[in-house]
Amino acid sequence: MPHFPKPAEGSWTEHYPHLSTAPSSYADSTSPEFYELERKAIFEKTWLNLGRVEQIPRVGSYFTKEIDAAGTSIVVVRSGPDEFTAFHNICRHRGNKLVWNDFPKEETSGVCRNFTCKYHGWRYDLQGALTFVQQEEEFFGLDKADYPLASVQIDTWEGWLFVNLDPDNTTSLREYMGALGKGLEGYPFEKMTQVHKYRAEIGSNWKLFIDAFTEFYHAPVLHVRQAVNEESEKLGKYGYEALHYELDGPHGVVSSWGGMSPPKDLNMVKPIERVLRSGLFGPWDAPDIGLDHPLPAQNLANSPVWGLDSYLFFPNWMLLVWKPNWLLTYHYWPTSYNTHIFEGTCYFVPPKNGKERLAQELAVVTFKEYGLQDGNTLEATQRMIESNTPVTSFPLNDQEIMIRHLHTTVQQIVDEYATANGVSVLG
Amino acid sequence: MTEAMADVTFPTGFEDLAPWSDWVMHGERARYEKRVNSSMEELQAFYDAVFPRLQDACDYLEQYPVDELSDEGVNLLWLMCSLVTVSFPVECWRQPRVPDAGASSIDAVLEPAV
Repeated sequence: MPHFPKPAEGSWTEHYPHLSTAPSSYADSTSPEFYELERKAIFEKTWLNLGRVEQIPRVGSYFTKEIDAAGTSIVVVRSGPDEFTAFHNICRHRGNKLVWNDFPKEETSGVCRNFTCKYHGWRYDLQGALTFVQQEEEFFGLDKADYPLASVQIDTWEGWLFVNLDPDNTTSLREYMGALGKGLEGYPFEKMTQVHKYRAEIGSNWKLFIDAFTEFYHAPVLHVRQAVNEESEKLGKYGYEALHYELDGPHGVVSSWGGMSPPKDLNMVKPIERVLRSGLFGPWDAPDIGLDHPLPAQNLANSPVWGLDSYLFFPNWMLLVWKPNWLLTYHYWPTSYNTHIFEGTCYFVPPKNGKERLAQELAVVTFKEYGLQDGNTLEATQRMIESNTPVTSFPLNDQEIMIRHLHTTVQQIVDEYATANGVSVLG
Repeated sequence: MTEAMADVTFPTGFEDLAPWSDWVMHGERARYEKRVNSSMEELQAFYDAVFPRLQDACDYLEQYPVDELSDEGVNLLWLMCSLVTVSFPVECWRQPRVPDAGASSIDAVLEPAV
């Protein structure tokens, strides 16, 4: 008997006819060939989130982003008060990387009036136009207008920056964000400017970490020692059930309960949480963000015990909106078929005082401790699904619907790409 | 206690925390580094001495916006941030590192100035 109601079909999975209930294969996570197709079909064609506009606060503020999965480095700059520009990070003269510091493979950020190549001093303005060529008269009929930086499509949704590396893309970002995105419009993201960002190199396929963070079936088991004993026993007995799952095109959300913020009984939580009034679900005393009731895409089950919504905006951006008014985002940047870079970023309303700062610190560190447990478990999974075992088929339960949806979506997009381009995909 | 640590002071009323001033560090990355390079005995001793002062520290820190904290106040804040870092081995793991985390790491790349 479920604790929370399921759709009329009897399960979340069967509510979506395109999803099967059969066991799954992870051949899509162990194959260099499949990864090459994912790069072309997905990462070079889809809107990709790169964080917030507040990261580049002034005209001339910029950052670079290495997008291995799309085979490029890009520069994102605030080119006007409310204008953002992105381009491939390559000088038009001899192909040097235009913006970098010390280490060519590393990312950088800063503020500038124009971009000057370290090699021969060619200069570009913030819109990417070539404005200065050293010894221009030595060239042969060179017209600077013919050599702007190679631009990349860029747009914002609710202050979140996205790029699309497909020059032929015609899908607007708003359209791409779909009903879930629309249902979050108006959320005061811009108030959450206190940022803690983490980065990790993970030894698994990028999809496996999304799998781990879109199901909470693992939480009562893997993270059992982060709860006090009585609470662990209770969680172990109940297991985990989400309040609601909603799939929307390639995107999806899992809506979850959040009884720990604050807990009904203080004995349920660790001593430090009792004093700091904070923990995994965030500081218990939520700041006022001027939102009287949840937005249309929040708390879709309209449950009184709702605690957070975890959105996956395909392919690689997760946004967690917590009831106590803070955010967590995850980015998964593939670097090969079995490695990726994980970024986890916590966004809070700036603390009013030193005590609130400490409460936020506990939420951040708790996220990190959980993440470390998850990250290393993934490497163990990757090793075995890649190994020479006869085990190639894996059952997924109804609380793992987001995993089924992600892998089904990836397979479908790769299949369409392969058909259109006459290449073969593993079966 | 080294010379440099002798300069680290806490607000009036928190003088008893002076022996733990080597835990006053900016940044979770540095605090975590010190934690995983400490023994469980060291972590337990730090926790046992500092945790009983956490409520008092909260009462003190609640009086000031973060950017108006005195140097002593910032020292107290960062010491208590170290307590947050150390609480996990003491309250959950019974070892300095996260269990089964092996060589993996998740590193802070952007943190508040204070």
